[in-house]
Amino acid sequence: MIEPDLNRIWVYLSASPLLGLTMTLVAYSLAHRLYLRSGSNPLLNPVVTSVTALILFLLATDTSYDDYFDGAQFVHFLLGPATVALAIPLYQQFNKLKQVWLPVTVALVTGVVVGAFSSVAIARLLGASLETQLSLAPKSVTAPVGMAISEQIGGLPSLTAALVVVTGIIGAVIGSKLFDLMGIRDDSVKGIAMGMTSHGIGTARAFQVSAQMGAFSGLAMALSAFLYSVFLPWLLSVSGVLG
Amino acid sequence: MQLINGITLLLIYQLAGEVSVRLLGLPVPGPVMGMVMLFITLMIRGRVAKAVEPASTALLGHLSLLFVPAGVGLIVHFNRLGNEWLPISVTLLLSTIITMAVTALVMQWVTRLTARREPNHD
Repeated sequence: MIEPDLNRIWVYLSASPLLGLTMTLVAYSLAHRLYLRSGSNPLLNPVVTSVTALILFLLATDTSYDDYFDGAQFVHFLLGPATVALAIPLYQQFNKLKQVWLPVTVALVTGVVVGAFSSVAIARLLGASLETQLSLAPKSVTAPVGMAISEQIGGLPSLTAALVVVTGIIGAVIGSKLFDLMGIRDDSVKGIAMGMTSHGIGTARAFQVSAQMGAFSGLAMALSAFLYSVFLPWLLSVSGVLG
Repeated sequence: MQLINGITLLLIYQLAGEVSVRLLGLPVPGPVMGMVMLFITLMIRGRVAKAVEPASTALLGHLSLLFVPAGVGLIVHFNRLGNEWLPISVTLLLSTIITMAVTALVMQWVTRLTARREPNHD
């Protein structure tokens, strides 16, 4: 009696965007709670735990990513307006930025060149395919922009999106340790390096350290997204990575 | 209503960004162009309109959530990841450390250099 009913419910749910959307929000809010309860342990970054949980759920229920994304796209879509909204912290920090525009500009331009070439070079050295190399090149750019760049240079946008997330997590997890080891104490320097490398996920982490580090990280994320989208296609074709 | 007005404004800027990028054939993604346009508007007006603040705080405050659907997309690339897991993971780890360290060092170095040239500068 109950079996066929459950079946019919599942058939409905798996065909409707409601499930993908709800699962995404539930997974994230549980992951966020777990993260807070662990005392903000960087290894329990809410993106890691919720992505892992959702992947396991999709595998267990044999749901395709396309079906899941039918619902999750409503969350994904908000990356666009969120990118536009970055203009606001940028504007609010503009006075501070004016004082340090030279070090910030030099650091970010260097960061874009080093970030792009180190990923292509290391991947190529270790025998990754050209598509994978190109998908890795914009790995430090916030997802919506990184995906657009990836498409433009001949990478796989959806692979880039996932690599962007992993890069963000790596930076958020190792950032503080790395800065300690290097003896870097200035929060504006840490913020710029964090946002340059680990975009929004790093910025979320930076805000936990201090408001100043968060603001500079947001700034670096916005400016580096801009620099990457202007320079990356050109850098890759000039250097001969793109035939 | 403020939240709705704010989201609407952000979407209008994104739309304007997407359209102008296509019209002018610029190599910049639409949302980035929208960000630049909103930034210029803010600079001209000299303040942040009340309408955008709650919407942008809500969006930027939970930025990590917005990455989750893309992250789940790893599932589509399990095959490629299986074949190329070594280059991909080494690249991600090494390149992230290198980029972060170089960016921090360059910023620290140029800050010191410019501070020395202008002793009155804080």
